[in-house]
Amino acid sequence: MSLTIPRMADLAMEGRVPDVLFWVGCAGSYDARAQKVTVAFCKILNEVGVDFAILGNDEACTGDPARRAGNEFVFQMMAAQNVEVLNGYQIKKIVATCPHCFNVLKNEYPALGGKYEVIHHSVFLQQLIDSGKLKIKGESPLGDKAASITYHDSCYIGRGNGIYEAPREVLNTLKADIQEMNRIKSNGLCCGAGGAQMFKEDEPGDKRINTERSEEAMATGANTIAVNCPFCLTMMSDGVKAAEKQDEVMVYDLAELIVQANRW
Amino acid sequence: MLQPIVFFLICVVGFGYAGYKFSKLRRNVLLGKDEEIEKAPGQRFKNMMLVAFGQKKMFRRWIPAVLHGFIYVAFLFTQIELIEIIVDGFTNGHRTFATALGGLYTLILNSIEILSVLALIATIIFLWRRNMLSIPRFNKPEMEGWPHKDANIILYLEILLVMAILTMNGTDAVLQGIDPEHYPDTGTLAVSGWLGPLVFGGMQESTLALLERAGWWLHFLVVIAFLNYLPISKHLHIIFAFPMTYFARLTPKAEMENMPEIQKEVQSMMDPDATFDEADMSMELPEFGAQDITGLSWLDVLGGYACTQCGRCTDVCPANLTGKKLSPRKVMMDIRTRAEEIGTKLDSGDKQYIAEDKRESAKALTKDNFDDGKSLFDLISKEEIHACTTCQACVEACPININPLEPILKLRRHEILTQSAGPTDWLPMFTAIENGGAVWAMSDARDKWAEDA
Repeated sequence: MSLTIPRMADLAMEGRVPDVLFWVGCAGSYDARAQKVTVAFCKILNEVGVDFAILGNDEACTGDPARRAGNEFVFQMMAAQNVEVLNGYQIKKIVATCPHCFNVLKNEYPALGGKYEVIHHSVFLQQLIDSGKLKIKGESPLGDKAASITYHDSCYIGRGNGIYEAPREVLNTLKADIQEMNRIKSNGLCCGAGGAQMFKEDEPGDKRINTERSEEAMATGANTIAVNCPFCLTMMSDGVKAAEKQDEVMVYDLAELIVQANRW
Repeated sequence: MLQPIVFFLICVVGFGYAGYKFSKLRRNVLLGKDEEIEKAPGQRFKNMMLVAFGQKKMFRRWIPAVLHGFIYVAFLFTQIELIEIIVDGFTNGHRTFATALGGLYTLILNSIEILSVLALIATIIFLWRRNMLSIPRFNKPEMEGWPHKDANIILYLEILLVMAILTMNGTDAVLQGIDPEHYPDTGTLAVSGWLGPLVFGGMQESTLALLERAGWWLHFLVVIAFLNYLPISKHLHIIFAFPMTYFARLTPKAEMENMPEIQKEVQSMMDPDATFDEADMSMELPEFGAQDITGLSWLDVLGGYACTQCGRCTDVCPANLTGKKLSPRKVMMDIRTRAEEIGTKLDSGDKQYIAEDKRESAKALTKDNFDDGKSLFDLISKEEIHACTTCQACVEACPININPLEPILKLRRHEILTQSAGPTDWLPMFTAIENGGAVWAMSDARDKWAEDA
């Protein structure tokens, strides 16, 4: 089935504003692994029949990593540009698959004139399930293999915005055994990518943060690590690879697990 | 008549000097910049009652929470006894509240006694834990020297205080049987009721009376000493936890503070119709972020003073856990060290601390013309602030809502914006965002994935 992914520019020509704008983010747009999450989420939106659009080439980095690194100038330039685009299209509601984009759009753009209803896709999926619009088939998200899932809280969805239950509720609808790690929810351990660490070498130390976290995840015995962030996805996948467990332990975003469970 | 006079003089000196020291603390905290505090008194009061008074966040770790709770509740109850000591001290009375309160007095005294014994047990366990067990968070590099000593000193003071209370009450219990006219009935005391006769029974009345006074004075003097010790100790948290939890930011932990000065600049840069503000251009280049106490918010400095160095932040810091140099606790401790240094230098009035270009014209050394050629970067290395993942685990872990992340980010802002320095690894990312609108330099269209799907 080919996907329908409307562009905001086309909708604007017809004078339409979609129910929700899907903010794809840099990772979702360019990172090969994260692109799969983007596509999976679009599949769900298509299957459920959500009226959405993407900005396409009108979208630019929210400026999050620049701001966290300390470069407020670059952040403010991106923010001004994005707010102008979003306001120009009269966007009311945004869904983001990246917790960092989500946080900036939700908490930091309002002070810069960008006020929208912003929702992270883990909460959006939970709402679709709760309202009965998104039905989960009772099949294993790992195909013919039984799934046991451990959920990794991303810092910017968890501690940063206090969302701990929605992603877990989504996972609970899947035919899978859920295994929690020791450090979860407000006590969850970072994957190591935040604060623009993704874009630099580690400072001297005796271990990589993603190794520490992946080991904890793998110690649960789960064969699937569920994440809700493209950077956690990279970090946890790298950690699993470093332990040479990539054939036994899979790292997936929530959206991918739903698509797989529904055989879409 | 001698006792009330001596008592009065000690009160004046003890409370007076403490008041003077606390006014210096206030001055040092206010070296930080003004921060607009969002008005939400109800929410703030609730936070203070739950987190500071109710110790809510301590209960993530049960054992230390219960032990700390004993000492804390004992401290609160002992204040009633302290009030009585002050009343007795001024009026030359003896246990004024005993006759006034009757049965309630017995209840209060018994609570104090039981809590004091529990506090004593907790104190001994704490001493053992800190000195004999190798608990990682008590043995990080920043805890060497004074911080370690400070932690022990306060525990010894606590033991001394409990000893004073038990001597005072124990001898009193015996004396009540000998001379009921001068020693009013306090009712049967849970600890001193049996411990008093056991230890002090059979002693001469004059010896007992002397010991009773010794216990009474020791109790009072330890409290005065404690009060004057607080300004140089981590134990300041006993007071500063309250303003800290009241004023702590209420915004989501992931939200970073906006910089309106840069927002304004960028907006005028992007708006072709914006009027060119010459006054702004002729001004001295502003300093962005923070390199010193004066660049931080007063709330960050308050955090430095409120920090009790428990290390719960460092214990959960992913960078610290994996052997990096960053320790959020050290950042807060360094803020206090530096604020103290500036405070001491300001007090000296020495004109060598006036910024060179203002030395001629300035009448006196003030916080506005202060420059000793040093900054927080002399205490906090770049390597430390570069290691932060902004995961907010430290903010979450702090039992009194101190935010170590905020100063770390302000130091980063200073490094990037004012010093034009920072990790070179970040440059390609900045350039890619600025030029191509994405964190990586990509030649593909942003929605190429959609074409491929």
